[in-house]
Amino acid sequence: MRKRIYSVLVENRSGVLGKVAGLFARRCFNIDSLTVGETDDPEISCMTIVSSGDERTIEQIEKQLNKKLDVIKVKTFDETQSISRELMLVKVRHNKGNRREITEICEILRAEIVDMSKHFMMIQICDTPERTKLLLTMLQSISIAEVARTGTLALAKCSENDD
Amino acid sequence: MIGADAIIKCLEEEGVKYVFGYPGVAICPFYNSILQSEIQTILIRTEQNAAHAASGMARITGKPGVCAVTSGPGATNVITGIATAFADSIPLVCITGQVHTDLLGSDSFQEADITGAVESFVKYSYLVKNVGDIPRIFKEAFHIANTGRRGPVLIDIPIDIQNAPISRFQYPEEVNMRTYKPTVKGHAVQIKKVIKELEKAKRPIICVGGGVLLSQAREELRGFVEKYRIPVVSTMMGIGVMPTEHPLYFGMVGNHGKAYANRAMNESDLLIMAGARVADRAVSQPDLITKNKVLVHIDVDPAEIGKNAGPTIPLVGDVKHIFQDFAKEEFTCEHEEWIRTLSEYRENLVAKRNPNPAYVDPAAFITRLSEKMAPDGVYVADVGQNQIWSCSYHIVKEGRFLTSGGMGTMGYSIPAAMGAKLADKSRQVIAVCGDGSFQMSMMELATMRQYSVPVKIIVLKNGYLGMVREYQHYTYKDNYSVVDLSGSPMLDKIAAAYDMQYQLLENMDRAEEVLDAFLKEDTSVLLECLIDPMDLVK
Repeated sequence: MRKRIYSVLVENRSGVLGKVAGLFARRCFNIDSLTVGETDDPEISCMTIVSSGDERTIEQIEKQLNKKLDVIKVKTFDETQSISRELMLVKVRHNKGNRREITEICEILRAEIVDMSKHFMMIQICDTPERTKLLLTMLQSISIAEVARTGTLALAKCSENDD
Repeated sequence: MIGADAIIKCLEEEGVKYVFGYPGVAICPFYNSILQSEIQTILIRTEQNAAHAASGMARITGKPGVCAVTSGPGATNVITGIATAFADSIPLVCITGQVHTDLLGSDSFQEADITGAVESFVKYSYLVKNVGDIPRIFKEAFHIANTGRRGPVLIDIPIDIQNAPISRFQYPEEVNMRTYKPTVKGHAVQIKKVIKELEKAKRPIICVGGGVLLSQAREELRGFVEKYRIPVVSTMMGIGVMPTEHPLYFGMVGNHGKAYANRAMNESDLLIMAGARVADRAVSQPDLITKNKVLVHIDVDPAEIGKNAGPTIPLVGDVKHIFQDFAKEEFTCEHEEWIRTLSEYRENLVAKRNPNPAYVDPAAFITRLSEKMAPDGVYVADVGQNQIWSCSYHIVKEGRFLTSGGMGTMGYSIPAAMGAKLADKSRQVIAVCGDGSFQMSMMELATMRQYSVPVKIIVLKNGYLGMVREYQHYTYKDNYSVVDLSGSPMLDKIAAAYDMQYQLLENMDRAEEVLDAFLKEDTSVLLECLIDPMDLVK
């Protein structure tokens, strides 16, 4: 099993997300995460899909995506060939006993406390998927109330022959 | 001019001659406008068969078949027909009426999210939201359906869009889609590589699939294999690419195929899959076709290459173009020894049957039928034991063999035969079905009668859903469950009810005269053949 990132440019039309997500379901491909957003061209959206599978599956995913008539372009790369980021918001319960520990974890992992009430604190991190996961693991031992994540966003690393 | 008129104009621009369908309120503007056109409408008796009939027509004309049904249940009924066409890559344009745009999403009467429901069975689908888009959408739909890997396209049109005025109709000259540019021409380097392998090969074989017929490459393929004396086997969908009795043809492969065909494929040192998708029924063990041999896979759909078996040389492109390019190469090769070996296999590895003389032997009957058929006749096989017998014993000359190979949809033969007959009335068209599959499309006898479509029908009657009975015989030791068809109607009375000629063949004794009478005139005849209920395909 290998992780693979697909950056998919699609026509920004209704129903396209459903078609792409349906393709993964129908052919039993994994979706580790999927994010969608408009690009600089309002007619085009970019989907970032993180999936995993053996060599044949990874190749099939790319081919099947290319077959969809709403798909304009599929770029695919490994984590090492790309810069990937994930944004996560975590709400934790805090008290006198754990407040210091929470702020230390945030400091070490370069997470930010963005909101606070008497019993809750909201922490924001925008980092690589590994470090985002690490923060979550660290906070799990404290007391997590809620989590929201964007899923991975990725682009291939800059190179001189970018098209 | 309103949207519905524009749709009809689009169909005329595409040269459509027939529309198969079933009306309902949501498609009524369309069926009102079509009255002003030369296009002939065929009122089918259930929507699924509209798609099957369009499929039969498409397979003979090489152009997309067209069907038009209403919203809700009309649209959902047609899904099986669309899925059947999709599985065999048959080009269709399927028009569905839809409720008023303002009601979309409100679960109104006869509303169904048909574009959502058919997503996994269509090449593409449209929900028309602006009347002005109609010309572009139809131009694209016909283009998509019949280029690249062919397949069905669905266009869902709300009733208010059909009724909306359209100020100016202009049918686009060409299609401009940035997301759709199928690769038709094979890569020159890959073509050279294949030729090199052919020069080296001692035991080459080409396995042809439905793609060869879809790209109308029969002549190119035959010309090539005859020039270089390359043996050919086929999948079920590839039956008819080569005449059955051609000296270089070694039968259908697969778990229902000929033992000598499978052996030929397995013993080859170069296997060229041409327009075949290495599906499980044809190749049950994909690793066998990559072991100890060079595998070349030619397909217009890049996703098919490497899906089930990893080829040594992938070659993306349309089979016709690729064989035209092959023909430009000059090379020498020599495999008479291999052909001799395969011919011996063909002589010796013949499955022995022990027919019960009290009944019609389907093997002998189908062989005799095909010998007597017109050379360019169209044989439409249904699904079940009858399909396997048809594949095994029908002898194709210059005609066509049509069946639902991918989806295995029972009831396909009669509506598809109707479509084929209407596509070319000069050709003899025979539907061969079982008593189960016959009853799935029996209602279409009315359509045949109404429009005088002289399709000939053969019912191989064994009183069982034979294919499942056979499975239960082997798997559940004759514990039969839900396969007994003893309530079936008397077919002579059915024929009389629909004003058809009827013949009965009880055993092989009168086969010659019954077949002669059956085939004599261009009329629809229902021929009932009594088959031993316990007969097996294996």
